[in-house]
Amino acid sequence: MNIYAYIVAGVLVVLGGVGIARSRDLVHAIVCLSVSQSGTYVLLLAIGFQQGAAAPVFGSTSKPTKNVVDPVVQAMTLTDIVVSATVTALLLALAIQIAKTHGTVDPDELTALEG
Amino acid sequence: MTVLIAIALTLVLAGGVAVVFSRDPQRQAVTLSVYGMLMTLLFFLLAAPDVALSQVVVGTVLVPLMVMLAIRKIRGHR
Amino acid sequence: MSRSLRWVVLGVGVAGIGVVLLLAFLGMPDFGSTHHPYRDLAVPAAVRHGTANVVSSVNFDQRAIDTLGEETILFGSVLAVAALLRPADDEEQQQDPGSRVPLQATRLFGYVLMPLTLVVGIDIVVHGHVTPGGGFQGGVVLATGLHLLYVAGRYRSMERLRPMPLVEVSEAAGTAAFAALGFAGIGVTGSFLANVLPPGSFGQLFSAGAVPLFNVAVGLAVASGCVVMLAKFFEQVFLVRNEGDGR
Repeated sequence: MNIYAYIVAGVLVVLGGVGIARSRDLVHAIVCLSVSQSGTYVLLLAIGFQQGAAAPVFGSTSKPTKNVVDPVVQAMTLTDIVVSATVTALLLALAIQIAKTHGTVDPDELTALEG
Repeated sequence: MTVLIAIALTLVLAGGVAVVFSRDPQRQAVTLSVYGMLMTLLFFLLAAPDVALSQVVVGTVLVPLMVMLAIRKIRGHR
Repeated sequence: MSRSLRWVVLGVGVAGIGVVLLLAFLGMPDFGSTHHPYRDLAVPAAVRHGTANVVSSVNFDQRAIDTLGEETILFGSVLAVAALLRPADDEEQQQDPGSRVPLQATRLFGYVLMPLTLVVGIDIVVHGHVTPGGGFQGGVVLATGLHLLYVAGRYRSMERLRPMPLVEVSEAAGTAAFAALGFAGIGVTGSFLANVLPPGSFGQLFSAGAVPLFNVAVGLAVASGCVVMLAKFFEQVFLVRNEGDGR
């Protein structure tokens, strides 16, 4: 049971990939990419977790101590969440332009690279 | 591994399956919002308040809003 | 490549990745173990610089170069969205989208919650080095809080509250301020993005050196960037029309 968190993270990443492969709509594929990214966040946070430890924020009630979870993976994850939202926006803008020029967002019908 | 974290992980997995296997992108935007909230709960249980704050704003509001706007624009061109 | 052949290839790929991931997970330390070498180095360094929120210290003090890279990615993505969603040659941009009236309850919620959300967003940004929060989270809260005005009322009112030239300039100003703080580090101590201000007392507003300034710069850049992005999407949906087309 100790690797359940890692397995959930791995399943989410692969599930997102399967969703992209079987999608019939570009926007659906973009949302599945978002699910795959969230799997990596779960993996990062699961690596840094320590049973019974506090959050890495100190204050007047919690003095600086070493019994906290890993702050480095949390720092990586939180900037990643915001930045991948903007990259998702870029992909959605591309999908809008594809719909305008080709009239369809079905990946099976977008076969030719036209000028 | 407490029971609470195991339940949260299972809920996140179920949410991910629901998002990937919903066909219509309009429905998927709402499911994505719920999935964002489940992820926030999981991050909070994993003692990561900064990351939970980031996820609740981005995953619940920003990305589903942009997905819905993109779908609205694309459907208008069919 | 036919569809069934595609499924077979996908199945082989998923099985391969699954086996590799499983082998990796079996070799990793247990979930919830006490072996975290990065934490043992990062937490004392943050306490030495007087930062109560260790995650903010890692983001803006110890690994600020990574945050500069992330902010550049954000800036580039917003720029690309603005370039992609420009009205094309055969499209025109109207001025008035027409209005619809939402429910009274929705309007009340929106009008009451919008100033509260903006204040909470500013608080999250400014206190990022003391409580959980920071520039990234507070910036997105500010950007989405502004759009509560759209939910509560008309698109025109939100447009008036959000002058586009000012928002675009403030996004560039936020990103440039981050880089300027980095160069200030070179000027004082000789290393890029060094923490140059005094640490102050632990847990107060004026502590942690230059981390609050970094937080404000990033908050400004992220908030303005998200507002620009959402504005382009809204314009595409409501204002841009194909010439000679009813839609």
